[in-house]
Amino acid sequence: MRLSITVNGQAHADDVEPRMLLAHYLRDVCGLKGTNIGCDTTSCGACTVHVDGESVKSCTVLAVQSDGADVTTVEGLAATRSGPNGMHPVQAAFQAEHGLQCGFCTPGMVMATAGLLAENPKPTEREVREALEGNLCRCTGYHNIVRAALTAAETMAASE
Amino acid sequence: MTAINLPRGSILGTRVQRLEDPEFLTSGAVYTDDIVDERLTGAVWVTFVRATLAHATITSIDTRAALATEGCVGVITAADLADLPAQAPMMPLYPTGMAQPLLATGTVRYVGEPVAAVLTDSRYTGEDIAELVNIDYEPLPVVVDPVEAATDETLLFPELGTNVVCAKPLAADDDIFAGCEVVVTATIQNQRVAVAPMEVRAAAAIWGADDRLTAWVPNQGAQGAQARLARMLGLPVAQVRIITPAVGGAFGAKVGADPEAAVVGWIARHVGRPARWVETRSENMIAMTHGRAQVQSVTIGGDRDGRVRAYRLHVLQDSGAYPRFGAMLPTLTLLMAPGVYDIDRLQLSYESVATNTTPVGAYRGAGRPEATAAIERAMDLFAAEIGLDPAVVRRRNLLAPFTEPITSKGGAAYDSGDYVMALDTVLAAAGYEQLRREQAIRRERGDAVQLGIGVSVYVEITGGGGEAGASKENATVQVHPDGTATILTGTSPHGQGHATVWAMLASEELGIPIERITVRWGDTDLVPEGGGTGGSRSLQQGGAAVRQAARELVDVARERAADRLEVSPDDLEIDYTNAGLVVRGVPGAGVTFAELAADEPLLVRSVFRAPGATYPFGAHVAVAEVDVETGRAELTRLIALDDAGVVVNPLIAEGQRHGGLAQGAAQALLEEVRYDEDGNPTTSTFADYPIVSATEVPSFELVTTETPTTYNPLGAKGIGEAGSIGSTPAVQSAVIDAVAHLGVRHIDMPTSSMRVWSAIRAANEGTEH
Repeated sequence: MRLSITVNGQAHADDVEPRMLLAHYLRDVCGLKGTNIGCDTTSCGACTVHVDGESVKSCTVLAVQSDGADVTTVEGLAATRSGPNGMHPVQAAFQAEHGLQCGFCTPGMVMATAGLLAENPKPTEREVREALEGNLCRCTGYHNIVRAALTAAETMAASE
Repeated sequence: MTAINLPRGSILGTRVQRLEDPEFLTSGAVYTDDIVDERLTGAVWVTFVRATLAHATITSIDTRAALATEGCVGVITAADLADLPAQAPMMPLYPTGMAQPLLATGTVRYVGEPVAAVLTDSRYTGEDIAELVNIDYEPLPVVVDPVEAATDETLLFPELGTNVVCAKPLAADDDIFAGCEVVVTATIQNQRVAVAPMEVRAAAAIWGADDRLTAWVPNQGAQGAQARLARMLGLPVAQVRIITPAVGGAFGAKVGADPEAAVVGWIARHVGRPARWVETRSENMIAMTHGRAQVQSVTIGGDRDGRVRAYRLHVLQDSGAYPRFGAMLPTLTLLMAPGVYDIDRLQLSYESVATNTTPVGAYRGAGRPEATAAIERAMDLFAAEIGLDPAVVRRRNLLAPFTEPITSKGGAAYDSGDYVMALDTVLAAAGYEQLRREQAIRRERGDAVQLGIGVSVYVEITGGGGEAGASKENATVQVHPDGTATILTGTSPHGQGHATVWAMLASEELGIPIERITVRWGDTDLVPEGGGTGGSRSLQQGGAAVRQAARELVDVARERAADRLEVSPDDLEIDYTNAGLVVRGVPGAGVTFAELAADEPLLVRSVFRAPGATYPFGAHVAVAEVDVETGRAELTRLIALDDAGVVVNPLIAEGQRHGGLAQGAAQALLEEVRYDEDGNPTTSTFADYPIVSATEVPSFELVTTETPTTYNPLGAKGIGEAGSIGSTPAVQSAVIDAVAHLGVRHIDMPTSSMRVWSAIRAANEGTEH
C-alpha cells in the first residue's frame, strides 16, 4: 500500500506491506533507529513517538494508519524546541538528572515526557508517575526520570 | 562515617553528567538490532521455533511446508548441528548429561527451548514460516515444583537417575539449637522473577574472509561471550571475534552468550550469509534465564533478651531445565548467610535441582539478595516470637565495627564495615520512633489502612571475580598527539556510565579534560582480555586499573620529558592545566603529553589486581500502607543507607542504587514468574508479568556514608546490586508488619493483595499459614 507521511519534517512516500507496524516503518524504511521496540503487547512504551503532536506507541499502529500524519521521533525532537546543548529541554533534563542508564527505554521515555508536558506543563510528581505508567524502565527505578520530567517542566516554564 | 580527603578541585566525588548521554538522547544508542554495517548486507533473518511443551520426546520435525514457502532460506534442526561437539556443562561440577544442546535433541525440557531455526529474507516472513514447522511431540511427565523435583519421582535426565545438579548435604543436627530459649522455623519462598532488561536478546554474525566468526552480541563482557561462543561452537577462542554494541540492560542475564547466539554463529558459517536474530519479548520472557527461584528453610534460635545463638539455612534452588549459573547461586547465598550478625552456630546446606522450567541464571545480586532475605525474615520472625522490636533485635546481634578484615562464620572475609552505624543512621533518617508511634495510633483506631515498617541490615560481596573468575582487570591509557586520550577497558558498561567515570579517573591524573577522553570496550580484537561487568566489580577493579595505567603513563612521560628537557625526572611535576609535565618552579619550562606522543606513541597497559572481594553494606527502612480490607499494599517510603566505600560520581552511584531499590521492591510487592502444573508459563508477556512501573514505587530517600576499603587505591566497593539486596526484605517486612497486629507473621513474596488478604483471613481464623 502507498503511504505518504511526514517524519521529522520530511515528506516520505513509500509502498509498504499493509501489516507493517509504524515502528518498523520508522526503523527499517526511514532508517530512524532511535525508536526502540521492547515488547509485543503495547506495554513498555520504548517505541513512543508523536503522531500529530500526541504520544503514540508506534508498535501498536500500522504504518498505513498513519497515512497523512506528521510524525516526530526522538531524532527530530530537538528541532521542535531548543534547549541546552542543542537538545530539547526534556532531553537536556534527562542528562542533567541522570534519567537514563542503558538508554533503551530513553527515546520512548523522552517522547512520552515531552508529550505529557505539552498537555500538562506543570505536573505534580504523582501526575508524572501516572503519565509515564505505560513506559517501562528497568535501570533507573524511575526516580531520576521523574526528576527529569519535573526539571524539564521548570526550565520550559522559565523560558516561556 | 569516615572523612575522605580529596585534592582541592578534584573532579572525583563530583556529580559529573554523563558524556554518553547526548547520543543516547538525540539519536539513540546503537543496539544490536540497530546496526547498519555493510558486512551484514544480505543477512538471513533467524527465527527460532520453540518448544510448546514442558517435557516431551520429539517424535518428528516436518519442515517441508516451511521450506516450500517463498522467502524461506532454510530450516536448521539439531540434526544439522551434528558436526558440533557435545555441549559441555557451564560449570565443571554439573553433570555432563545436563548440558543444554544448542537445539533440542530428542527431548524438550522447558517451554521455550529452541528446537529449530527458520532462515528467511525478512523478519515478518520469519514469523510466518516458523508457524509452518510442524513438530510432533510425545508428552512426558512434567515436574515444575523444585520440592517435587527433589524427590526424583519425575526425572528430566533419566539416565542420570536424579534431578540434583549439585548440593552441599543437609546436616540435620539439632544440637546447634540446644540451650536456645526460643526456636522459630519457617519455609520462605524467594520466588522466580524475570530479569526483563528492556532490550531483549539478539545477535548478528558473519563468517569472514579471515576465516573467523565475527559476532555482535549484547553481553556483559566481550571476552566472556567470546569464550562461551567458541566453546559452544567447538572453535578456538582466536577464531571468534566479539563486537559489543550498545547493550540495553543486562542485570546478570547477558553474561557470556546463550545457545541461540551460537546457532546464529553456526548459520553464518554454514549457510554462507550473514545472519541476524532479535527475539520477541514473549520469547525473552520464557527463554532468557530467570532469577532467584529458591525455597529457603530457616530455623533461628536464641534467647528472650534478643540474642540470636544459632541459625540454620537450607536452600533448595530451582535451576530450571538445564543448569546455568542459577544452580550455583546457593553457594553465594550460603557464603553470605549470617550477613551482618554475630551468630555463634550456623548450619548451612543446599541442593540445586532441575525442573521443567526456563533455566535460572544471575539476576541483580545473584545469591546475595536471597541470603539477606532469609536472615532478615528470620530476624523478624524471631523478634515477633519474643515480642521485641525488630530493630532492637537486630542491633543486639550486629557485628562490632571493624577496619581490618574479619572472617565471617559463613566463610567470607569482610574487609571493612560498621553495621551499627548503618542501622542507627538509617533509623534516624527514617524517623523510626515517629513511624512506630503513628503505627500504634492507626492500630489503636482500627484504621482500614494500616502502617507497616520494615527494616533490613545487609552486607554483600562485590568484585569477587568477574566472569573471568579473577579479581583483576586491565586498562590501557593512550594520549594522542592532538591532546586527546583513549582508554581501553576490560569492563563492559551497559548503563553504568564507565565512559564518563573512567574519563574522570584518567583526567584526574593527566589533566586532560574528560570531554577529550574516549573510552572503548567490548571488541575482542581491541581488548583481548577482560572480566566484563558483573558482580558489582567494575569501578573497584576496572576503574582502579584506569587510575593505575594513567599513573604509569605519567611515569613513562616523566622519563621522556626529562630526556627532552635535559633535567632530572625528579625535577618534573604534573602540569594539570596544560596536561603535561613542567620543571618545578620554572613556569613555561615544560612539555605536554601530546607533544611527547607526537615523538613516540605514549600509552601504557596496566593490570590491577585486587587482594580480594569487597563487602559493601547498608541498612534500609521501608514504609508500607496496607488496606486490611482488600489486602492492597502500597510502598510509601524507602529510606536506603548504602555504604560502598568512596563514591567517585555520586550522580551515577545514586542511579545505580535507585535501580536496585526498584527491582528489590518489585520482587517484594509484584513480580513473579509463574507456571501452571503442566509447565506452561503464564507470565510470558509484559501484559501478564507485573513488571514494576513508575506508579508502584515512591521517590527514594538515600543516605550515603563512605567507609573505604583498602583493597584498591580508590577506596571503592561495588554499588550495582546493593539496592536490591537491602530493599527486598525491607519492603516485604513492611507489608507484613502492617498486618502483624492481626496475628500475621509471614507472607511470601510477592505480597500481592490476594496473599495479604488471605494471610489476614487465616490469622483471623487462627490457622497456620
